[in-house]
Amino acid sequence: MDSLTLENRSFEVRNLSCIRDDRILFEGLDFTLNNNQVLLLEGKNGSGKTSLLRIICGFREQDAGDIIWCNTPIKDSDFFAEMAYVGHLDGVKKELTVVENLKMSLALSVAGNYSIEQALDKVHLAGYDDSIVQSLSAGQKRRLSLARLLITRNSLWVLDEPFTSIDKEGIKLIESLMHEHICAGGMIILTSHHDLYLHETEVQKINLSLCH
Amino acid sequence: MSLITAFFAVVRRDLILAFRRRAEIANPVFFFILVVTLFPLGVGANTKLLQAMAPGVIWVSALLAVMLSLDSLFRSDFDDGSLEQMLLSSHPLTILVLGKIIAHWLVTGLPLLIIAPLLAVFLGLPEQALGTLLITLVLATPVLSLIGSIGVSLTVGLRRGGMILSLLVLPLYVPVLIFASNAVEMAGNGQTVDAQINILIAILLMSVVLAPLPAASALKMSVS
Repeated sequence: MDSLTLENRSFEVRNLSCIRDDRILFEGLDFTLNNNQVLLLEGKNGSGKTSLLRIICGFREQDAGDIIWCNTPIKDSDFFAEMAYVGHLDGVKKELTVVENLKMSLALSVAGNYSIEQALDKVHLAGYDDSIVQSLSAGQKRRLSLARLLITRNSLWVLDEPFTSIDKEGIKLIESLMHEHICAGGMIILTSHHDLYLHETEVQKINLSLCH
Repeated sequence: MSLITAFFAVVRRDLILAFRRRAEIANPVFFFILVVTLFPLGVGANTKLLQAMAPGVIWVSALLAVMLSLDSLFRSDFDDGSLEQMLLSSHPLTILVLGKIIAHWLVTGLPLLIIAPLLAVFLGLPEQALGTLLITLVLATPVLSLIGSIGVSLTVGLRRGGMILSLLVLPLYVPVLIFASNAVEMAGNGQTVDAQINILIAILLMSVVLAPLPAASALKMSVS
């Protein structure tokens, strides 16, 4: 199953700062993430969790500091080919069917360990292949955007509140997918207000409200 | 998958989306027909006047129709997060943007090509100018989509970007308007129009090469 070897990847943030409208959201942020590790970002609303993830994705410029992937700054490395992001917005087109959406994601990226069929099965959306996304519930849309993580080749998952609008059973499901990804050598950075239960996995925690 | 696959996947996706949102896509075409048909009513049944105005009327209406449709180019991708996913793609955004622009032209520019000759006959444009009208439309409507993509990618992050969009884009449309309508007018008088056509070809080639780059950069800025 695991055709991709994810060894010797490292993700490092050095002395990172983010300033918004003259407010310092966080400064002097340092952390390192290696294979098989999870980082959970905590903090109050407005403490800069989403801003940090958007900086990591390259959507925003940091105000100071460096982000390093395998000892190279992310802009010069193959970081973006190895990461996958699920943000507040699902990134799926509501007029397209489930499979059409996933095929598009696949065209923008490199095929990963799972086929579309297998991934839909994994996120319990089997049988919805040809449903228009508009007819899915909010939780199902969320699962669909998480299915994207499975079909594309990636080692770092960047997840912004992945449990929003997902039911209890779904949360367990996503935790088991995360666990599987971690065990295969992957890394995860996520924000969440839920407690995270990952079997036998150490979760690093950073509270952004305290990073001033 | 390769870059070419990604490019065609974007074109294909946008065409499917356009087909599923048919009403939205029909808007610019209806607008075009309405504006052109209103002119004879406003100006009066003065055949000579209408005939003289025909190239300008058709070109101004086509230009406004394309501008009306520009906002839909990136709007829904911006709103539902698809744009973020495109930015994260390992393929260059410029090529993906070019794919979107081509799909946009296929659903807005191409219908104008089919309807414009009919409306030209309706306004009494001389027969010998019809060919030139078609050639100018073929060459210049893609330019409208290409140049428009720069403006719309700059304004997609703004909540009410409509006014700014027209201020940004219309001045850049002016050369296209001048050369295209002038070519049709001169063809109607039986003169040669090689110069205008060559300039339109030059504008088209330049904008194919140059427009997707700033559009992609502007999209990156809009997302941040």
